[in-house]
Amino acid sequence: MNTFVYIDQFKGTALPASWEAIGVGKTLGTVKAMIFGSGVEALASTAFEYGADEVLLADDPALADYRAEAYAATLSASATSAAPDLILFPTTTRGREQAAMVAIDLKTGVMVDVTALENVDGKITVTRPIYAGKLLIKETCSAKPLIITLRGRAFPKPAQQPGKTGTLTRVAAAAGDFPTKVEGYTTGEGGVSLTDAGVIVSGGRGVSNNPTLTPPAGLDEKQAEIWRAQQGFILVKELASVLNAAVGASRAAVDAGYVPYPHQVGQTGKVVSPDVYIACGISGAIQHLAGMRTSKVIVAINKDAEAPIFKLARYGVVGDLFQILPALTEAFKKKLGK
Amino acid sequence: MKIIVCVKQVPDSAAKVVVENGKVSWGDAPLVINPWDEYAVEAALQQKEALGGTVTAITIGGEGSKEALKHALAMGADDAIMISDPALANLDTQGTAQVLAAAIKKAGGVEAAFFGRQAIDADSGLVPAQAARLLGWPALTLAAVIKVDGGSVRVERGVEEGRQIVTAKLPAVFSLVKDFGEPRYPSFMGIRKASRAVIPTWTLADLGIPSPATVIAWPEIMNPPSREIKCELITGSSPAGIAEVLADKILAEKVL
Repeated sequence: MNTFVYIDQFKGTALPASWEAIGVGKTLGTVKAMIFGSGVEALASTAFEYGADEVLLADDPALADYRAEAYAATLSASATSAAPDLILFPTTTRGREQAAMVAIDLKTGVMVDVTALENVDGKITVTRPIYAGKLLIKETCSAKPLIITLRGRAFPKPAQQPGKTGTLTRVAAAAGDFPTKVEGYTTGEGGVSLTDAGVIVSGGRGVSNNPTLTPPAGLDEKQAEIWRAQQGFILVKELASVLNAAVGASRAAVDAGYVPYPHQVGQTGKVVSPDVYIACGISGAIQHLAGMRTSKVIVAINKDAEAPIFKLARYGVVGDLFQILPALTEAFKKKLGK
Repeated sequence: MKIIVCVKQVPDSAAKVVVENGKVSWGDAPLVINPWDEYAVEAALQQKEALGGTVTAITIGGEGSKEALKHALAMGADDAIMISDPALANLDTQGTAQVLAAAIKKAGGVEAAFFGRQAIDADSGLVPAQAARLLGWPALTLAAVIKVDGGSVRVERGVEEGRQIVTAKLPAVFSLVKDFGEPRYPSFMGIRKASRAVIPTWTLADLGIPSPATVIAWPEIMNPPSREIKCELITGSSPAGIAEVLADKILAEKVL
């Protein structure tokens, strides 16, 4: 099978799910990695090392910023001339959008956010979660090329083969008067992204309930609650920092204003699947559980022994997170030599 | 500004959804407007309040889907359109985008088409960009801030790295995230207006398009494998003692 893989990059750094997609493509046949941007040729070497046989490189100042229409036009032109059997994308914001638009251009369908893929005599069937993972569905596509986006961390990252090279083919950026202009960026808080994270430490409503804290004078009740929660989230962040983990939150914590929305895990936030998920002061509403239930090892710290989160947890502590979290941070610092 | 908001009726996010005898069941949980679409209606009403104009809600589906339109009307949408046709029973996202793009064209003079970022049932998040592609309009997806100035718009889009600031000319397609504030509750007057609203139904013949081909097939739908988990409760006489044991247990999983 002849597979194109879209490498999703931002300012020269590829999102890791792109390399996972090369790994999937290699299990099916030959892989041409598509790298679009400006000054991104270095990524081609990395793509070869992760297994790409060929790189289609559109390196052009016109592609310096991701613009949906300019990228899709370039991608669709390459796919039209080379007629791949399959185009793989990482399920990132840009990957999903490109898959959607290119499917319209090529008059085919998209199988999105796929977590498993089987190939029987060249007939591909995928499995993907729906209802935020409450159910799984199998899908096939009768049109060509197949377009599939792969969920990050659902497939193994291939081993990097230092020094491996391949064929570098330059392709032209699609010419045209594209309708959007990128004015700039405001950066997020940085740190580890939830969907790529191997470890996530999450806080819920319970993080605001530390009775031993006295808020500064002059705050009203709501401000005092948020202040308490922010002190609680400092403990969450300290543990996350020792474990090189991302910080997550329940919807209740986000809606209450404790942490910004990009941290939300669950049905109307991010669906995550880390190796370790540590839930602190999260009772486990069904919408939250749907968003993290495929985590490999779930740890719950909650003062309520009846909290639903314990039904999914491998390890649980019924207790005061304000005492357990700092102790756990210290224990990991010692054991990990930090 | 003339805005169309595309909405969908879905099982409530608190529903326990399972497969029984090959069919999806959400028990006695209510069907509600897709939460992301509710944010989109809120965002559309805010634009209308700032700029004037109208907000029209639109959906594809059977009689039950009308409730999503009524919810949008009760929140303050000016009118609503139902797209219903027996040929639309089995749409994939490309088909959905074709039908909605045709409806947006037929409505005439639309300057902005608003969508929620995704529906919480199928979770595909493809339709806004696909409708934009079909209309030839800019796809301004995952918009967190929208500032319209004459015929132009400046949008802050949520991406992995933070926000990307993009300008474009209208008309455009937007998909919306949660940053416009909690959706307003329908007012008593709004609910009365919605219950009396006459909602026109458009068929494929009205839209003047053939039945879209469905290229995605769904051979099987399943409950996820159950997690056979017995929670091991870590106890101890002190937080430090508990933390020591818990850290060892986590390290012994060899996943860190």
